[in-house]
Amino acid sequence: MFETLSDRLTSVFSSLRSKGRLSDADIDATCREIRIALLEADVALPVVKDFVAHVKERARGAEVSQALNPAQQVVKIVNDELIEILGGETRRLRLAKTPPTVIMLAGLQGAGKTTLAGKLARWLRDQNHAPLLVACDLQRPNAVQQLSVMAERAGVAVYAPEPGNGVGDPVRVARESIDHARRQQHDVVIIDTAGRLGIDQELMAQAAHIRDAVSPDEVLFVVDAMIGQDAVTTAQAFMDGVGFDGVVLTKLDGDARGGAALSVRHITGRPIMFASTGEKLEDFDAFHPDRMAGRILDMGDILTLIEQAQRTFDEAEAAKMAGKLASGDDFTLDDFLEQMMMVRRMGPIKNLLGMMPGMGQMRDQLNQVDDRDLDRVAAIIRSMTPGERSEPKIINGSRRARIARGSGVSVTEVNNLVTRFFEAQKMMKRMSQGIGIPGMPGGKRNQKQAKPKKGRRVSGDPRKAGLPKEPAADAPAKQPGGMLGNLTPGKLPKGLELPPGFDPSKFNLPGQK
Amino acid sequence: MDGYIGIIAIIIVVILLGIGTTALLVRPRSKTTLPPPPAPTPQAPAPPVEEEVVETVAPPAVPVEELVKPPEVEVPPPSAGRMVRLRARLARSQTTLGRGLLELLSRDRLDDDVWDEIEETLITADVGVAPTRAMVEDLKTKVKVLGSRTPSEVRALLRAELLTQIDPGLDRTLHTSAPGERPAVLLVVGVNGTGKTTTTGKLARSLIGDGKTVVLGAADTFRAAAADQLQTWGDRVGAPVVRGPEAGDPASVAFDAVARGIADKADVVIVDTAGRLHTKTGLMDELGKVKRVIEKKAQVDEVLLVLDATTGQNGMRQAQVFGEVVNITGIALTKLDGTAKGGIVISVQRELGVPVKLVGLGEGPDDLAPFDPEVFVDALLGD
Repeated sequence: MFETLSDRLTSVFSSLRSKGRLSDADIDATCREIRIALLEADVALPVVKDFVAHVKERARGAEVSQALNPAQQVVKIVNDELIEILGGETRRLRLAKTPPTVIMLAGLQGAGKTTLAGKLARWLRDQNHAPLLVACDLQRPNAVQQLSVMAERAGVAVYAPEPGNGVGDPVRVARESIDHARRQQHDVVIIDTAGRLGIDQELMAQAAHIRDAVSPDEVLFVVDAMIGQDAVTTAQAFMDGVGFDGVVLTKLDGDARGGAALSVRHITGRPIMFASTGEKLEDFDAFHPDRMAGRILDMGDILTLIEQAQRTFDEAEAAKMAGKLASGDDFTLDDFLEQMMMVRRMGPIKNLLGMMPGMGQMRDQLNQVDDRDLDRVAAIIRSMTPGERSEPKIINGSRRARIARGSGVSVTEVNNLVTRFFEAQKMMKRMSQGIGIPGMPGGKRNQKQAKPKKGRRVSGDPRKAGLPKEPAADAPAKQPGGMLGNLTPGKLPKGLELPPGFDPSKFNLPGQK
Repeated sequence: MDGYIGIIAIIIVVILLGIGTTALLVRPRSKTTLPPPPAPTPQAPAPPVEEEVVETVAPPAVPVEELVKPPEVEVPPPSAGRMVRLRARLARSQTTLGRGLLELLSRDRLDDDVWDEIEETLITADVGVAPTRAMVEDLKTKVKVLGSRTPSEVRALLRAELLTQIDPGLDRTLHTSAPGERPAVLLVVGVNGTGKTTTTGKLARSLIGDGKTVVLGAADTFRAAAADQLQTWGDRVGAPVVRGPEAGDPASVAFDAVARGIADKADVVIVDTAGRLHTKTGLMDELGKVKRVIEKKAQVDEVLLVLDATTGQNGMRQAQVFGEVVNITGIALTKLDGTAKGGIVISVQRELGVPVKLVGLGEGPDDLAPFDPEVFVDALLGD
């Protein structure tokens, strides 16, 4: 697993603790680490060079050398720069003054054009447009069928006069589709073209012909977030061959860091307009530069986490649960089981944890986290009687033995669960009384003691703040605590604390406006 | 906002309680009081589809040629020597890596700048930071030992170095003949859009070209028209395709395909699966099930991971995760004819020891070749 940029920088700066100032050599070392971090995130080399040069310049400036904690300041600069480049100019889809608006999709094979066409159509339909999908991928076997099925699922019309599989002239189909759209009163035409390689002159020329035939209002370049160093050449080839006005990043639901986004943006200057994040038609969204920056730097993605939670959780249910958590006493094993199931639905725990900023530092532990542990716990709880679940105190030795037998675990595991549960309950109670854990410097609100702890960003909430307590110390986060500690990355909203370099002011927190 | 914090609190509790990973614990800090979470407005359900909007021009019915079935007459050429034939295509796109390195190493003085450039050339080929460094170190030592550097010596040196990285010693034969009566079973896996179905089709074609009988299993029941796509490939070369209902259980399709293969006494059964991102546990479990279910019928001889040559460092993760779930035995590297340099071959082989067995070098039906390290390296370096 890769280390995060913050980790790397921390180790670079660890030798400087006493100095507190950056020499040129220090800056060079820092920039080397930034370079590697970006390369590992698949940002293309020429882009990395430019970027690092830029960062270096800024890092030499006063803002860093005078900062209390240079490491964090540098990460912040990197983050800012990333957001700036990625976000620079965001814009909406341009709609033609006289319909139909023509949108053409182009990209490599397997980038996800056909799927995206369906998603885009649905998205437009939800905004009360009447899109028409046009099947101009006559190359790949059954791409036409695939598009028809996508259209059907999205509930939009499709124009597919040719059977495909190498038969038919895509240019003609594209041209005729416009008339068809006009006749049928469609106001948006989405043209799905065949995948092509950047070096394939012939197909490139074909794409250009399609473009000339329909003069699209938007040509969207569809690119896979997993693409590596080749992003630059490919983007350039498409830029020269067809030209495009916007970029769509697909397969962002994987764990690729998506450096390609930066490369493409930097090389072509075209904005990234949409992000596609899943296999379902609804998994389609506008692009968020700030999240992408965090992702490239591997800084966690709490907003995505929240959104995911929102999608899976029943709001009312979640609120009720949170309330119970806060009150402590009514929190029973039944509630816990229910919550656990909700969390499970959100996907692998490892991913969820990974999305929390700062967790990078605990990658080793993270890798040991196994979803099956949760299943085992669920099994234990399910082996309890309703009485035991609501009143775990009554669980005595013989009950434990029975539960253990019922769930196929050892008695110790049952014991552990029950003990952990009581502890959590106790903490919650304490929390709800509004008392911090004694001995904790929780009172200082000015985040002076930023320790990059995972829980911390979340720790604004008293309910949860309580649970975790004793161990804060044994985590690896300890070491960074010292040197990374004292940087204030801006004001933190509502006690949300973020790891170093994470600038929350860039976030559009839903509740913040 | 608070609602979300509540949700996150829940997650934390679950993790703490459920896993008991105390190491993940936190120090509590603030004591902001939070009102109970507001319920964000749920999205209004999408309006029902208006029928009249869907003025669809459906694709025409399957053309008449279906009657005059493009018969098995289409006998593909055998697979042997394909790599050599496709060499030109490889060379076309790969010159930057091989030639660039060659040119750099032939310089009179090899100072740090030149070494940096060499490093960059490798990184640009997606070789990955760590393997690149190892290679550069290696080359440095060897150059020192070599002393004088004539072009042919440098070439030989680089060739040897690249070959070591690609490791010609690995077993790259595709296990397409199983011991005994039963057919050999190949499972094709990978993330979305790498070209699994196409590779399956091409592979079937090349096997038929080698005189084997093939049964295809369309276990991609998820993506629209994936089974049709495979069917088209099968029809072209006359391989029967076993398919299931859309959104059906892929494992049952795979099972049926293998059963059919056994009944037909076919030589090879190739099962194409749906693309899945390695981060989706549910889908990965499904894949594990496909393999387990097939194994009730016959042993799976080969699990091929299809990897897109343009994939960056994420390819490593994919190989790793797929390896854990279905124990991949070989890699098919597709789209190698692009501008990509396929440096990921080196990282993946290095880290996981899984050999690249097939390379896809173009869109033509016969553009899939067995991977030959020597030819590959020679193509990289040019003539």
